Amino acid sequence: MSEGEGKKAPYTLPIGPTHPALKEPVMFTFQMEGETIKDVDFAPGQTHRGIEWMGMRRNPVQIVHLTDRICGICGVVHTLSFCLAVEQIAEIEVPERADYIRVIVHELERVQSHLLWAGVAAHELGFDSLLHLTWRVREQAMDVIENITGNRVNYGIVQVGGVRRDITPEQHPLIEECLTTYEGLLSSLLDLFLDDRSIHMRCRDRGILTYDDAVHLCTVGPTSRASGVNMDLRQDYPYAAYGDLDVRAILPDQYAGETRGDVYDRIVVRLLEVGQSCGIIRQCLSEMPAGEITAEPKIAKLLAVCKKAHGEAIGRVEAPRGECLHYVRMDGKESPTSWKVKASSYSNLMSWIPMLRGEQIADIPIIVASIDPCLSCTDRVAVIRGGRRNILTKEELHRLSVEATRRLQA
Amino acid sequence: MKLTRSFNRSLWAFHFNSGSCNGCEIEIVAVITPRYDPERFGIKLVGTPRHADVLIITGPVVKKMKDRLLRVYAQIPEPKVVMCVGTCGISGGVFYDSYNLEGPVDEVIPVDVYVPGCPPRPEAIIHGVVTALTKLERLQEGKP
Repeated sequence: MSEGEGKKAPYTLPIGPTHPALKEPVMFTFQMEGETIKDVDFAPGQTHRGIEWMGMRRNPVQIVHLTDRICGICGVVHTLSFCLAVEQIAEIEVPERADYIRVIVHELERVQSHLLWAGVAAHELGFDSLLHLTWRVREQAMDVIENITGNRVNYGIVQVGGVRRDITPEQHPLIEECLTTYEGLLSSLLDLFLDDRSIHMRCRDRGILTYDDAVHLCTVGPTSRASGVNMDLRQDYPYAAYGDLDVRAILPDQYAGETRGDVYDRIVVRLLEVGQSCGIIRQCLSEMPAGEITAEPKIAKLLAVCKKAHGEAIGRVEAPRGECLHYVRMDGKESPTSWKVKASSYSNLMSWIPMLRGEQIADIPIIVASIDPCLSCTDRVAVIRGGRRNILTKEELHRLSVEATRRLQA
Repeated sequence: MKLTRSFNRSLWAFHFNSGSCNGCEIEIVAVITPRYDPERFGIKLVGTPRHADVLIITGPVVKKMKDRLLRVYAQIPEPKVVMCVGTCGISGGVFYDSYNLEGPVDEVIPVDVYVPGCPPRPEAIIHGVVTALTKLERLQEGKP
């Protein structure tokens, strides 16, 4: 044998932006040693469409249809959190019934999103029959969503000041039937995912995110809850009708008795949340008060109210992937002066680095999928100057911040 | 363009995301799952453009993805059909005035079948694939 015996030369493995294991464009660069990942870097920003920029040129009622299309899976989340912000600024009182309808659609979305994820996770593990099974049962949630909102995806039901469609008594049995199906299915889904030997072997102790890393990297949603962080906006900072409902954060030790922060725990949290969402919808249906569904049905009047509004506000919503935040500033103009979207995946992406370090090539797809990344939500801003992208280092950011303070003091 | 015999039996599609909102993606995946099950007709999604007959494009083409779209398009062997799924790929849709678009898909590569909708229903996507098939059959018979 020649020199360097027993040493595997480190090499670079690029994956993406278009790759069958990735549902969306993102570019990974892995530093490999043999089959083991030594280091990883990733470059999102391949689906940046400049939505905030467009929003600052449209009025709030038009923006509502733009926020629906930030992400096709969390259609109601972005719209809801944008509306919460605008309603705070313009001091619009949302009717109670509208709040309940918002919660019902929001939870149905969580059900379909988690089932979608479970299917994708099964596919990434090479378990395609489970993908087909979960997506078949997911269709029932899609049917109910279509019945309530009129659309399968990009619902367009939430409007500033309320919702655009009511839930009639005839629709109740349909929703109840769907909930009963899911509650009945849940135990077999848990069996299929969690007691399956190959899933157990592929997911247990793979892609570990420790409690400390989860807190330091500011992860949100099921990704952080799977690492044992007791955090859920619906419990900590209730919005819409969640104040009246009983919601507790789901942690993996409730099922398995321990928290390891691995891919398996993320499956546990998401599947249990499907059952929790069914309970919340049931509670909403029985407690839903009668009344108006919107504060202002006339769009022209609504726009006039928004046009007069001054101020800034933040709308926070617990999306299926974690906290989603919209910052809006309005200065008495037709369109907002400032609008910033921080999607849940934005907070979660950095957790890929500690999860992937030290793992095998074959585990990349499931670990990447395990945080349920949504890049169309995340890709918001790129700084482009003279056709060249500038990456700001920490020192430069610090310098800019010091300069800004001086400007304000001058 | 002369078609190979494989078109008479099956149609393999490669899906390319050029900056879409994910709405069309999940509908495309919903299409291949049991409720619609087009695999009984031989229609399925494949992992590489080199195996594909049809290129399904979702999303408006954002600046970063233009070059990748051209490269993927070049990798698909002839004869091929390009399907544009979703309103934003057809006209820009809600993103019409964005600064980061390279225009609708047909300004970057030639498109054969347009499937409108935001997102289109799974039935509409299947109809689009069938339209692509009939177009290929027409081409096979030497008609325009």
